[in-house]
Amino acid sequence: MTTPERHSIQMDGLVKSFDAALSNAIDGITTNIVSGTITGLVGPDGAGKTTLLRMLAGLLTPTHGTVRVLGLDPMQDAHTLRMQIGYMPQKFGLYEDLTVMENLTLYADLRKVVGTARRESFERLLNFTDLTRFTDRYAGKLSGGMKQKLGLACSLLGTPQVLLLDEPGVGVDPISRRELWKMVSELAQGGMTVVWSTAYLDEAELCQDVRLMNNGRFIASGAPRDLMDAMQGRCWQITQIAGHRRDVLQRALRLPDVIDGAIQGHNVRLVLREGAKCPDLATVEAGPQAQWLQVQPRLEDAFISLLGGGPGGDSALAQVTPVVHLSADVQPDAVIEARQLTKRFGDFVATNDISFKVKRGEIFGLLGPNGAGKSTTFKMECGLLKPTSGQALVMGIDLKTSPTEARQRLGYMAQKFSLYKQLTVQQNLVFFSGIYGMTGHTQQAKIEEMVTVFGLGPHRNDLADTLPLGFKQRLALACAVMHDPQLLFLDEPTSGVDPVTRREFWTHINGLADKGVTIMVTTHFMDEAEYCDRMALIYRGNMIALGTPDALKASVATTERPNPNMEDAFIELVLAADRQEQLTEEAQP
Amino acid sequence: MSKHDSLSFRRLWALCRKESYQIVRDPSSILVAFVMPVILLFIMGYAVNLDAAAVRIGLQVNDSGLPAQKLAQAVQSTTAFEVHTGEPLRVQMAQMSQGQLRGIVVIQSDFSTKWLQGRGGSAVQVLTDGAEPNTASFVSSYMQGVWVRWQQQMLQDSATSAGQVATQSPIDIRLRSWFNPSTVSRNYLVPGSIAVVMTIIGALLTSMVVAREWERGTMEALLATPVTRTELLLSKVLPYYLLAIIAMLLCLGVAVWIMQVPFRGSVLSLLALTTLFLGCALGLGLFLSTLFRNQFNAAQAALTSAFLPALMLSGVLYEIASMQVALQWFTRIIPARYFANALQTEFQAGTVGSLLWTDAFFLFLLTVFWLGLTAMKTKRTLD
Repeated sequence: MTTPERHSIQMDGLVKSFDAALSNAIDGITTNIVSGTITGLVGPDGAGKTTLLRMLAGLLTPTHGTVRVLGLDPMQDAHTLRMQIGYMPQKFGLYEDLTVMENLTLYADLRKVVGTARRESFERLLNFTDLTRFTDRYAGKLSGGMKQKLGLACSLLGTPQVLLLDEPGVGVDPISRRELWKMVSELAQGGMTVVWSTAYLDEAELCQDVRLMNNGRFIASGAPRDLMDAMQGRCWQITQIAGHRRDVLQRALRLPDVIDGAIQGHNVRLVLREGAKCPDLATVEAGPQAQWLQVQPRLEDAFISLLGGGPGGDSALAQVTPVVHLSADVQPDAVIEARQLTKRFGDFVATNDISFKVKRGEIFGLLGPNGAGKSTTFKMECGLLKPTSGQALVMGIDLKTSPTEARQRLGYMAQKFSLYKQLTVQQNLVFFSGIYGMTGHTQQAKIEEMVTVFGLGPHRNDLADTLPLGFKQRLALACAVMHDPQLLFLDEPTSGVDPVTRREFWTHINGLADKGVTIMVTTHFMDEAEYCDRMALIYRGNMIALGTPDALKASVATTERPNPNMEDAFIELVLAADRQEQLTEEAQP
Repeated sequence: MSKHDSLSFRRLWALCRKESYQIVRDPSSILVAFVMPVILLFIMGYAVNLDAAAVRIGLQVNDSGLPAQKLAQAVQSTTAFEVHTGEPLRVQMAQMSQGQLRGIVVIQSDFSTKWLQGRGGSAVQVLTDGAEPNTASFVSSYMQGVWVRWQQQMLQDSATSAGQVATQSPIDIRLRSWFNPSTVSRNYLVPGSIAVVMTIIGALLTSMVVAREWERGTMEALLATPVTRTELLLSKVLPYYLLAIIAMLLCLGVAVWIMQVPFRGSVLSLLALTTLFLGCALGLGLFLSTLFRNQFNAAQAALTSAFLPALMLSGVLYEIASMQVALQWFTRIIPARYFANALQTEFQAGTVGSLLWTDAFFLFLLTVFWLGLTAMKTKRTLD
């Protein structure tokens, strides 16, 4: 190690296959990773990110091809290399029943960091991660962000030269993600080579170098800046839209020159085909005031363009969905209502005094980090949890008193895949239509409709468990909407899926909303929050903000930052809530 | 890789310490180690009892002669029977059909006469409830025992009264051990039960520990450190070995002080045998945990594969010699068989080297087998 190598990691024709009958998890990867950089490994779930990292860490044997980390073979020279690689697996690898200090001591002993070196590393790492105050706390009692920092500290013991981080940002609030990012960039500046895998494209934009992954292959490599620059001039927003922005988006996506589009608050953001000019605004009927505004490309635009563009703007699902007619006794501006919803688990207040109303045909988002209470709120609103106090109403029906009546009218898609894995696609569809009381020809016709709408035909007789993630999610949505519900509850419907499938989901959701279906959705993708008509920000059990995405963004705008994005808004609002809490605490003796 | 598979005591100590923290903070392992053995031992020691004590029978004495009265006394003085007299036969027959009595002994009116003629047996009738075959055969064989002993007693008495010395010892030792009332079966059952209980405890303790690391994602982090396979395996055996030894001492204490089972062996040789046995029991649990990587499945498998064979095939409840030949061979790979045997020797006969060495040898082989299998299944990668 006398001369620093330019490439810390080299892969050549790397293949990993777990089952000869299935396609390769890693399918021929050749690349070099430069020393002292942060390289982002970006892609949806199942793209092969974790498999690749595990091969780098010497935890999986490559089927073909070679890997060299610091010039060594991770399998052959495992013992030497393990001292030089820091690896943080997805769940951070912490012992939840051990304290912060005990976790650190364990990993220090395992890596033979002893004596003075240990004292110094502990002091440095505890300062660095700001965990000094929490050394006696059990790791299981730390917040997501603190666990992530402790996981990082444990993997940094023994000052490794290569740091492998497997989706460190999943489920962690944006503030902690930013802090982690800052810490890791400091390490990289000190010469450490960092490989950071992520499903968030906005996170990857910060890396010096990225590898976009899909189906076990790299579909693009390079600096994010270069990948985004290649999209320069193709990304536009239509501003000052008169009329409905979802309709404008739908019409725009029908144009051959538009390959992708999304709602951006009150605006519509479009990506054009290479070399195409901005279409005439009259074709999308955006109103007389409407204007084109060129915007900065994002890594996601590059990814979607590489994947061949988005799915188009017409939802086949919406076409077969009847327009929702609410019965006369239902208030159209309170199809879903929360009245001072509070849920306690023992001493722990999961949600505290939350109230809101959702209108017919509105997309209402619940946004917040893991453990903030958004899922609890969500589950109370669809009758899966009973509130400790307050009321959860759906179409004016109190879910506490008559949940069954309400359930027939609502569709629910759970966060985890909750269909029968041992049943085929067809059998799942038959079962779920059956439990909503469909029989005979109606049932048959509905199943055929769903198979066509979601393109499930080729997978019809496959077991649900063997489906690719995107198809699992499609099947789950199909089962949730078969009985033409008037309300739809979606709990993180797009978590882990690739950006094109995410677009498709939002096309369906938009289409359903236009038919008058009221939709409540949770997400931790900040950009997805832009699709919502209104949203509630949940943090530590409290609703800290409620409003349209534009209003929330505007509320944190300053002269230095006139156009904050959703994540900026989130962070500002959370910090404000923290300050408020501190003031209240100080006011009390 | 193998050349680096050396043992670092610092790492081993760190892993064992981590494991101990987890044990102390997890109520379930304390429950399994300290509460479960006591409960199981009480259940097996008191509920499973091969002596049918105080079976209710009726007695009809229709002969007032002296031999008949003496026989009636002999029947009434056994502790195995709760003898009911006074009701007419018809009533007792009805009681038996209702299950209130398990048998009726009728001493017929001509008993004394026939006894003097040497044909007494033909004048005693034993009626049993065939709906309960076990109890029925118990009543009839016990009565036979009473009958044989009573006859010998009478012969002895008459010989003594005639001033002669009995020429032959009439007492049949085998019969006595069969029909010794009250305690013998517990003295034999409790050591066997300890073997069964310790099999469950041992397998259950370790069945969770590797699976837990897989489920919580900590295994991946551990494997990314320089930890070796040997260290990993030892750290999963040593702390639980200590826990299981404490459980064993607890069982011993309960057996000796609460259940009053005499212990004639040495504690030291008992601990040595327990160590060999725990190698198998902990090894089985560890193997299942490594195989399934899922706590629930591993615990289920441990319960089934440890408990059932230990109970049915260790010879504690059912005589191995009376099993099918193929099954007899199968019992040879069941550690509880050797441990039960060794414990029975230690408790009842004391530390008899010649008997214990064989058990120790087979336990050692099985320990090597289970731990070896686990070591083979323990991989340094996630493949």
